[in-house]
Amino acid sequence: MKKHPLDDYLRVARMPHIWCPGCGLGLVVNCFLRGLLRSQLNLDKVVIVSGIGCTGRAAGYINLDSFHTTHGRAVPFATGLKVANPELEVVVISGDGDLVAIGGNHLIHAARRNTDLTVLCVNNFVYGMTGGQMGPTTPLTARTTTSRGGSVDRPFNIPHLAAASGAAYVARWTTAHVRRLEKAVTEALLKKGFSLVEIVSPCPTYYGRMNKQVTGLDQMKYFRDNSVIKSGIDPKGVGIEVNGPIVVGKFIDRG
Amino acid sequence: MPEREYLAGEFFLSGDDACAEGAISAGCRFFAGYPITPATEIAERMSERLPEVGGNYIQMEDELGSMAAVLGASWAGTKAMTATSGPGFSLMMENIGLGIMTETPCVVVNIQRGGPSTGLPTLTGQGDMMQARWGSHGPYSIIALSPSSPQELYDLTIRAFNLSEKYRLPVLVMSEAATGHMYEKVVIPPSGEIELLARRKPTVPPEAYLPFAPDTDLVPPMANAGEGYRLHVTGLTHDERGYPAMTVEAQDRLVRRLVDKIERNKADIIALEEDGTGDAEVVICSYGVSARVSQIAVERARGEGIRVGLLRLITVWPFPDDRVRELARQVKAFVVPEINYGQIALEVERCACGLAKVVLVPHMGGRVHAPELILEAVRQAAR
Ligand code: SF4
Repeated sequence: MKKHPLDDYLRVARMPHIWCPGCGLGLVVNCFLRGLLRSQLNLDKVVIVSGIGCTGRAAGYINLDSFHTTHGRAVPFATGLKVANPELEVVVISGDGDLVAIGGNHLIHAARRNTDLTVLCVNNFVYGMTGGQMGPTTPLTARTTTSRGGSVDRPFNIPHLAAASGAAYVARWTTAHVRRLEKAVTEALLKKGFSLVEIVSPCPTYYGRMNKQVTGLDQMKYFRDNSVIKSGIDPKGVGIEVNGPIVVGKFIDRG
Repeated sequence: MPEREYLAGEFFLSGDDACAEGAISAGCRFFAGYPITPATEIAERMSERLPEVGGNYIQMEDELGSMAAVLGASWAGTKAMTATSGPGFSLMMENIGLGIMTETPCVVVNIQRGGPSTGLPTLTGQGDMMQARWGSHGPYSIIALSPSSPQELYDLTIRAFNLSEKYRLPVLVMSEAATGHMYEKVVIPPSGEIELLARRKPTVPPEAYLPFAPDTDLVPPMANAGEGYRLHVTGLTHDERGYPAMTVEAQDRLVRRLVDKIERNKADIIALEEDGTGDAEVVICSYGVSARVSQIAVERARGEGIRVGLLRLITVWPFPDDRVRELARQVKAFVVPEINYGQIALEVERCACGLAKVVLVPHMGGRVHAPELILEAVRQAAR
């Protein structure tokens, strides 16, 4: 079989991965690796830290030093690695539930300290691993397995949360923006200080299926047709609504 | 990094300060913590001392984060610790479990106070002894040490680091407010006179390295992050490569080894101090500050002609089953004073196996026992 160009950076022995057909997480790993290679960082010094959840499994598939930790605690674990050995380039790859709900306190405090970490927060609007329950990013009225009549809680606007907490670099892209996402990964990795890239990603198995975007492709088309690039704007207004536009771009890049 | 300010000599220190100095002497260069009475002084001293010796202090947003940061720092190749008390200890439990599962060397100090819940924040207790043993979920073994003086908080903090590096797990120092806030003479030996152990490093190249394949002592050599080994470390049940393995067989293999690496090395891990147990008819089994109070009761009881001995548990976990079983065949009764409503007494009872009576002398916390309470229990037990 022909090798995939990124095989050298994956734990091929662990394939096939556990992600569903149509899931965006494969694209996320792909864009991350391309953005990482473009950064020219010494791969022996790059460390991946994940929490728990579908995205949390990314650490296990990437062939770098990688830690699959406890639910919500990827950021403080990463903080320990970075503070104890500043030579390490520490990257957190985890989901919205992990980073913004159970780990929300750690996220805002790491941004406040401006710890030199790169956080890729994959937002699929639900808890995928446990079966599609609503989470801290589920848009108002969206249906999930614990909000069958529509979610009644207001969601977090992740870029605004990170920016208000003091992050040095904040961007949002979707899995339909692979080139821009790849570039954002490189920029975030090279940025000194706390960088966060929110990656809006399809979960057809739960979020899509329950909200009239049945396949991964439907969700990707939705992202493509409804994304508006507004780099440089105040992320205060970039909250996501059901069937609404998704504002993407680089919002914060502090010198 | 040059040691700019290694302290050696005789000092008048609180237990908390002695603990921090023990950590510095042990080579600890990372502390993550969150303020909590009565352990705060450890964090305060570490925040001052670590920068002087090239280390890092970070104040985290809570104890969940503190424990996670300590594990991360350890994988970066640094000796790392945190210190807390009951409520914070509860919050650390999940990541102590991660430390056990991922075999991460580090030290957790618990200066116990009165509980449950917020309890008596400024007053003493020993109510977390069973939590130390079983507080995280799942089957595992743990190492916990119990100092009886500021000097021992210094000495046992060093020993805790050595054991954690040798056996690759979080090692607990279970002290209490009474000892943490006690001031006494503490002798710090010159640097170089203290035996320090460091994690065993792999001797094979990265391609041949299996990060969770144990040596004969059941402990795997440990590579740190950033050394080119391309580690994968997970809290999931894993195989010797470190890869998740969701099978009954992998679970059996891993969990047995995690427990056995402690249980089979008990002879090395367990430290006891005995006084007059040789011909005793009653033995007081105690630990921490309670063992000091027990010493007074022992002397008074001997004055009354009672043959009483003291078995002081310096290592509380793993429990010294064999020695207690042996004594149970010799003595009429064990007296177990502890500042809780009976925790270590249950272990003594388990090992005594009905061969000797076990008399609990409980204290609900806030103060140490009056020696008379223990003395009276000894009198009754000797009858
Ligand atoms: S449940 Fe959703 S997020 Fe998880 S792997 Fe499946 S599609 Fe992806």
